[in-house]
Amino acid sequence: MRPDASSGWPDLIYTVLKRNNVSQVGYVPDNGHARLIALCQQDNEITDVVMTTEAEGPGLVLGATLGGKRAALLMQSSGVGNSVNALTILKSCAVPCLLIVTMRGEFDDFNPWQVTMGAMTESTLKACGFLTYRVERAEDVEDIITAGCNMAYGNNLQVAVLLAQRLIKRSKGAH
Amino acid sequence: MLDRREFVARLLADRGELLVVTGLGTPTFDVNACGDHPLNFYIWGGMGCTAMVGLGLALARPDRRIAVITGDGDLLMGMGSLATIGAKQPRNLSIVALDNGHYGATGMQASATATGIDLAGTATSCRFCQVLSVSQIDETVDVRKILHSGQGPIFIHAKITANDPPRVIPSRDGQTIKQRFIEASAKHV
Repeated sequence: MRPDASSGWPDLIYTVLKRNNVSQVGYVPDNGHARLIALCQQDNEITDVVMTTEAEGPGLVLGATLGGKRAALLMQSSGVGNSVNALTILKSCAVPCLLIVTMRGEFDDFNPWQVTMGAMTESTLKACGFLTYRVERAEDVEDIITAGCNMAYGNNLQVAVLLAQRLIKRSKGAH
Repeated sequence: MLDRREFVARLLADRGELLVVTGLGTPTFDVNACGDHPLNFYIWGGMGCTAMVGLGLALARPDRRIAVITGDGDLLMGMGSLATIGAKQPRNLSIVALDNGHYGATGMQASATATGIDLAGTATSCRFCQVLSVSQIDETVDVRKILHSGQGPIFIHAKITANDPPRVIPSRDGQTIKQRFIEASAKHV
């Protein structure tokens, strides 16, 4: 974590998650989510779970919901592909889920192997029953994450917020 | 070798406040054969996810004990989740592996455990606090005690006979089972 990253959009996401009483956060580590992951790890009211694959995430969220808690997942766009069949259990059981995805392979990515999955991430999520919102600019983060929380936790829906690679690349503290 | 129905019935006798999550396929039918219960959550999809549902529930409800009852096929598909659980060390979670070395729901094809791949050894490597292997029905009494009072994470490796007992099918409506479970588990505290 870089010291100069303390007031950026990851902090806004964290603030909104706290405001919505999210108490479990599952993730597979990712550069774009590094600051948010660190904030969750430091918070005694949030149980952070580092997973071996993103496919473990939907089970975690279902379990948290059965226990009366709100959960969110953090992953990179490639992780969406890793999780497809597991993601479908959330719609089957009307489990509220906020999924925050850092995009790869869409804007000035140095690795062309990321492009194929990046290009199918949003349509894959829609096919799994998720509502999808895209964030292109840092000033939209709070509003869109808030809407995502309201739709997910207020209505038992599955919502994915896709953080554009341009947003991630142009911000401090994440690359 | 254990008869799966007899073992699960003895394990869940006088279950009290125990919260039970079942893996899709035959383990769900085994648990439902003991009698439907509002503190049962039956999983009908997402093969490989059962242990993680148990972890999410265990972390959300540290005041309750949770038993995941599932098969070798489901655990093999989500084997990484044993590492995730071991890293998190939930004191209130038990995983019960009904291991017959076969995929019962799809025609009894052999699974990796049939070749000697050892799920109990995997659980030990993944820092499960207690790892028990059961193959005699008389041992169920002690295993049941540990399920209710031992320090987790606990892994119970039950060697069961590879047979295909009649399907005892519970509700497949995920939303209804979820809502029933949430209400019943909130009420019992």
